[in-house]
Amino acid sequence: MSANKDSIGKTITVATLLCVVCSVIVSAAAVLLKPMQVANKDLDRKSNILAAAGIVDSSKSVDELFAQITTKYVDLETGKFTTEVPAKYDAKKAAKDPQLGKALARDIDIASIKYQAKVMPVYLIESGSGIDKLILPVHGYGLWSTLYGFLAVEGDLNTVIGLGFYSHAETPGLGGEVDNPAWKALWPGKKVYPQGSVEPALGLVKGSVDPAKKGAEHQIDGLSGATLTSNGVSNLVKFWMGKNGYAPFLTNLKAGEV
Amino acid sequence: MSASKDVLTHPVAKNNPIALQILGVCSALAVTSNLNTALVMTLAVMFVTAFSNMFVSLIRNHMPSSIRIICQMIIIASLVIVVDQILKAYAYEVSKQLSVFVGLIITNCIVMGRAEAFAMQNPPGISFMDGLGNGMGYGLVLLFVGFIRELFGAGSLFGIEILPLINDGGWYQANGLLLLPPSAFFIIGMFIWIIRTWDPSQVEKPEFELASNSKKEAA
Repeated sequence: MSANKDSIGKTITVATLLCVVCSVIVSAAAVLLKPMQVANKDLDRKSNILAAAGIVDSSKSVDELFAQITTKYVDLETGKFTTEVPAKYDAKKAAKDPQLGKALARDIDIASIKYQAKVMPVYLIESGSGIDKLILPVHGYGLWSTLYGFLAVEGDLNTVIGLGFYSHAETPGLGGEVDNPAWKALWPGKKVYPQGSVEPALGLVKGSVDPAKKGAEHQIDGLSGATLTSNGVSNLVKFWMGKNGYAPFLTNLKAGEV
Repeated sequence: MSASKDVLTHPVAKNNPIALQILGVCSALAVTSNLNTALVMTLAVMFVTAFSNMFVSLIRNHMPSSIRIICQMIIIASLVIVVDQILKAYAYEVSKQLSVFVGLIITNCIVMGRAEAFAMQNPPGISFMDGLGNGMGYGLVLLFVGFIRELFGAGSLFGIEILPLINDGGWYQANGLLLLPPSAFFIIGMFIWIIRTWDPSQVEKPEFELASNSKKEAA
């Protein structure tokens, strides 16, 4: 047997068989485990929305807490709510759809996302008098990967409640520190826009922020050893809170016209 | 039986893949900033080395030598993808922290090294033990490094606070360097030193002897 195992026929047979067997195993694992992975991702997305908004209550389940949140869709161009969204709308997929998304020109694409959905979901927590908290999905390119997360702001649409990422593949221990609770704790209370401006000023700086300096309310400590991830986070905040992102919507919302 | 026991235990201390063979150091730097990820990574690597060794050994007599490395890679890669999928389904939080490093088990030299060096010449049972032993040897170093890094870098073990940090009103000033990958170099270096002090037979002969200073005689 071992005499002819190097023949061409045997080589091709072994290679084919091995590939077929392995591909069956791999696809079986992927298909069988898919529902659980999707459920995990969904739960993770919801808990990230809640975490960005600072809603933490270990006595209640994520789904229970999520019940107080209203999901609405915003047309970014007009800055108004829209109900014309397909069922099971997925902004990530829509971005590359010729009808639902658009390609971004390089000069405005500071977050390096290339394509942007025309309609984005937003999450609101409403109280009697109006919006209590607003949670906006944001994403942008870091060093290795696109960071997907949520930025939550107070009812004044300027004060940050929190920022959290639910999906990224930045270097663990360096750029991956975007998940560090100590770093995330720097965000609450910061202001996105300077007084009277619609250009976002919020961003990360190298090193630590000096709270005595002017503009400190727009600055967050950079991540040490992760300059490119830090730049990525700054850019994605600037992009999504700017005029190509949610700024028209926020302006309308402030004026009460949505 | 003693042969398979030797195969299982030798790689842990006597022939440790990281400490003696200096393989798989890259991932050992990346995943050891806390014990949780180190433990999951250990289990994942043990699973992959053990089963890849077993499967490679099972078909070793049919494997054409011209494509044997590719065949080994296919088996290893498939196992790693399965592990990755399982982690994403059952340990989502940890799999998020490990991110790319689960996929990078494919390129871990230990897995490939054992498949080529051991499983190609030995029957499945003992190959499985060898894989398990090497995975354990790798994991031992990972856990040792993870223990030191998490305890002194973050003041906790498995996320449970041991040394209360100054930041949280305690007394311990965390050593930030230990949370960064380079610190694992120092710890692995010390680990190798300790092992070689305990078992001097592992010390390699110097490749070059320093010549005595020739200037001295001239003076």
